[in-house]
Amino acid sequence: MLELQDISVIFHPGTIHEKVALSHINFRIEEGDFITIIGSNGAGKSTLFQTISGAIAPYQGHIFLHQQDITSLKEHKRSRFIGRLFQDPLKGTAPSMTIAENLALAGCQGHYFSLKPILAKQRQQMYEALKELNLGLEERMDTKVGVLSGGQRQALSLLMATYAKPQLLLLDEHTAALDPQTASKVLELTDKIVKKNQMTTLMITHNMQDALTYGQKIMIMKEGQIIDVINSERKKDLTVEQLIHLYSSKTNDYNDRILL
Amino acid sequence: MLNQVVVIGALELGSIFAIMSLGLYISYKVLNLPDLTVDGSFTLGCAVSAVMTLSGHPVIGLILAFISGLLAGVVTGVLTTKLKIASLLAGILTMTGLYSVNLKIMNDSPHISLFDCSTVFTPLSVFGEYGVLLFIGVVVIVVTLCLHYFLKTQFGLALRACGDNEDMVKASSIDVDIMKMIGLSLANGLVSLSGAIYAQHQAFSDSQSGTGMMVIGLASIIIGMAFIKKDQMAYQLLAVIVGSIIYRGILTIALQIGIPSTDLKLLSAILVVVALILTKVKMRRKEVC
Repeated sequence: MLELQDISVIFHPGTIHEKVALSHINFRIEEGDFITIIGSNGAGKSTLFQTISGAIAPYQGHIFLHQQDITSLKEHKRSRFIGRLFQDPLKGTAPSMTIAENLALAGCQGHYFSLKPILAKQRQQMYEALKELNLGLEERMDTKVGVLSGGQRQALSLLMATYAKPQLLLLDEHTAALDPQTASKVLELTDKIVKKNQMTTLMITHNMQDALTYGQKIMIMKEGQIIDVINSERKKDLTVEQLIHLYSSKTNDYNDRILL
Repeated sequence: MLNQVVVIGALELGSIFAIMSLGLYISYKVLNLPDLTVDGSFTLGCAVSAVMTLSGHPVIGLILAFISGLLAGVVTGVLTTKLKIASLLAGILTMTGLYSVNLKIMNDSPHISLFDCSTVFTPLSVFGEYGVLLFIGVVVIVVTLCLHYFLKTQFGLALRACGDNEDMVKASSIDVDIMKMIGLSLANGLVSLSGAIYAQHQAFSDSQSGTGMMVIGLASIIIGMAFIKKDQMAYQLLAVIVGSIIYRGILTIALQIGIPSTDLKLLSAILVVVALILTKVKMRRKEVC
């Protein structure tokens, strides 16, 4: 469904600060794929996401979504079919607006000039959706999001990013800023929502266990290139130790963080 | 000292400035953009309204003033979003440009007197001394109700999100630039409408009428929020109106105890500084507790 053709991203081209962030990426993502992405800092994982979502224009190459060239489509227009979630829980929600108001925004995909208030029917849908999070947020729909905890906000962000059923979901280390318990809860929620809606998903993670547990494929990135894609066949019998070994031998990266 | 005429006069002016403060609330609070166009667009409203009143169309004057304010806001919006000029500078540029535009509208004379002209207030004399206040009060209530409804609609929510968390809005499918433009436009439309009513109320328009209006609006919002602390939309809008009236009240008392009117702008500035410091001190106390 998503195809990257010869995508390169270069920051500050032609200056002494020139940095190649992505180098000739060619990749196809099939409908319904759930791919985890691992790689050290600066490998180009986030840049890849920003290029797909339109925040960064590639130096060369083309991006196709359902055979349609979206390379020059603006970021906010792509957002209609691409849902995104960031590491920082503060980034995905508007703090001085209520839970219901935040969800209403997430649900109206494209119809932003409508002069209709939130209808009772919409509130009922929100209630059902919030209930599935199992955090009791459905009883606090008129609470300002700013008073929620980081985990609650991230769970809400997740719900918002997936509320309008995007065709593609991009998760950029969305549990890295949470405590381990909350992180695993948010990950389980993620898995549940993705499976239920059969959403095509890319998830960046630094946690090898998570990379193994979730999704069908693992993509390893290094210095702006995809150096390996582990398909579900190979992934099935892989252990964390083997994955770490594979990763380290491929990337020569033995830093502590990745061993966690 | 404070006789009935003075009190009613203060309430009338306070209510007129409340419309402007509601406009400023959109740019300053909702969009989180300090918009200095206000000084220019207020005068723009005065000028359009005065010229139309002179030619015998006071009501059309108010409507045209509102529309021209909308356009002035769009200019600032385009400067700051499409041309990437910092919002403060964009406002100052529009305000400076408007100075000449306003003089052109007023036929190159810096002062227009509407003495003996029929204004929107003329037919209200049948209601006695409260007629004017009644009219302005109705306008304020209608504007507030419309604004309250609007800010709760899908469109209004998108506008509020732009000022609340731009990162989130950029990742959603809202066009931030368009939202900012529309918000600034609406804000200046209200400011200009306020200027238009002010000109007919005071029976003159001056090329300097709008000087310091940004500070007055800001003072009203800060004072109002200091008194009414609830953060539901309805209370916030109410706070803006109450703040405008209290602010006008303070100025009226200052005038009554003999402070010369030329010192009022200095007093306004000091008032804003004091109010800002007070809110900071309060926040720090809260953090300590």
